[in-house]
Amino acid sequence: MIFNIPFIAVTALVLIGLYTVIFRRNLIKMVIGITLIESGVNLFLITLGYRENSVAPIFTSLPPGTIVPEGMSFPVPQALTLTSIVIGVAVLALMLSLIIHIYRHYGTLDAREIGGKEE
Amino acid sequence: MSKRDIAAVVFFVIITVFFVFSALMIHPFGVPENADMDDEIIKGAQSETGTNNGVTSVVFDYRGFDTLGEATVLFTAVAGVIMVFRRLKNE
Amino acid sequence: MNEMSKIVRTISSIAFPLIIIYGLYIISHGHLTPGGGFQGGAVVASGCAMILVAYGSIWTIDKIKEKNLSIFESIGAICFILLAIFGLGFGAVFFNNFLVGSDFLFGTIPSFGSTIANINTGGVIPLMNFAVGLKVIAGLFAIVLVMAYASGSKEEER
Repeated sequence: MIFNIPFIAVTALVLIGLYTVIFRRNLIKMVIGITLIESGVNLFLITLGYRENSVAPIFTSLPPGTIVPEGMSFPVPQALTLTSIVIGVAVLALMLSLIIHIYRHYGTLDAREIGGKEE
Repeated sequence: MSKRDIAAVVFFVIITVFFVFSALMIHPFGVPENADMDDEIIKGAQSETGTNNGVTSVVFDYRGFDTLGEATVLFTAVAGVIMVFRRLKNE
Repeated sequence: MNEMSKIVRTISSIAFPLIIIYGLYIISHGHLTPGGGFQGGAVVASGCAMILVAYGSIWTIDKIKEKNLSIFESIGAICFILLAIFGLGFGAVFFNNFLVGSDFLFGTIPSFGSTIANINTGGVIPLMNFAVGLKVIAGLFAIVLVMAYASGSKEEER
């Protein structure tokens, strides 16, 4: 069990982010929680594709003595993580601009007060 | 509001138990299970795509359609941000 | 947003060309070393954000209008899709790599195993790296510029 430390770190990140989204009222803290969940998911994608004592899957000036398909880590999860990071940045920018718009209109950043005015 | 708080706590406890059991029962770190597809990609990357970089050949050649979708998402997000701030400047 | 002092403006003017050269090196060698379009585009956009902070948002939006940035981003996206459609005419598959093996632009094929880096390889991938890098630079710089200009002008009106 002690060798699964990256997977335990992924669990900790996702659970802390989920706690912040559910139990906090401020809108900015909810956005920080969503960013923590995205960081946890990116870390999980990378640690799925690791072999022991492997190098990066790049052929330019390999260190001498590496076996070619079995001594390299997987390239496909690294490609998926690149896409996920860029999409996370774009969605974060859109969320923050919508929060600025909400603040100019309502005057407060409390999620219970904004959503509860229709009751 | 107390019914909503109790439902939130129960949901959070169920998700915690699920995640902790999954983290302990997953395969050990460093010994992945199915390696057939990635071995074929590493062996064929230099002769089929012509690059030395395995990750770039996956991003732009073997899975170029995902890169097209990501470029569309980036374009839509930038268009949305500029539209929100143009509305704010005209008020 | 006001501009900063003279020392800050001078040093950021000296550092800005070095950041652009470093970012273009990462974009153009994407098929040989780790890097590529997205990573190099993020580096150059960070350098442009440094110029925005040092010189103030009013001066920057006078020099670079929003319309030019949206034209750059559209050029990058259209070039990427055109390179994908050209593969349709040469091999009847969308996203076909039609420059590998030909002696036109980027055609040599490296031998198997550990080789020395040769920039003449790669097929259509270096051109796609430039298109995506231009798109990311224009997109990220437009987000930062519009947010800084809108927040600054609202503070001065109060």
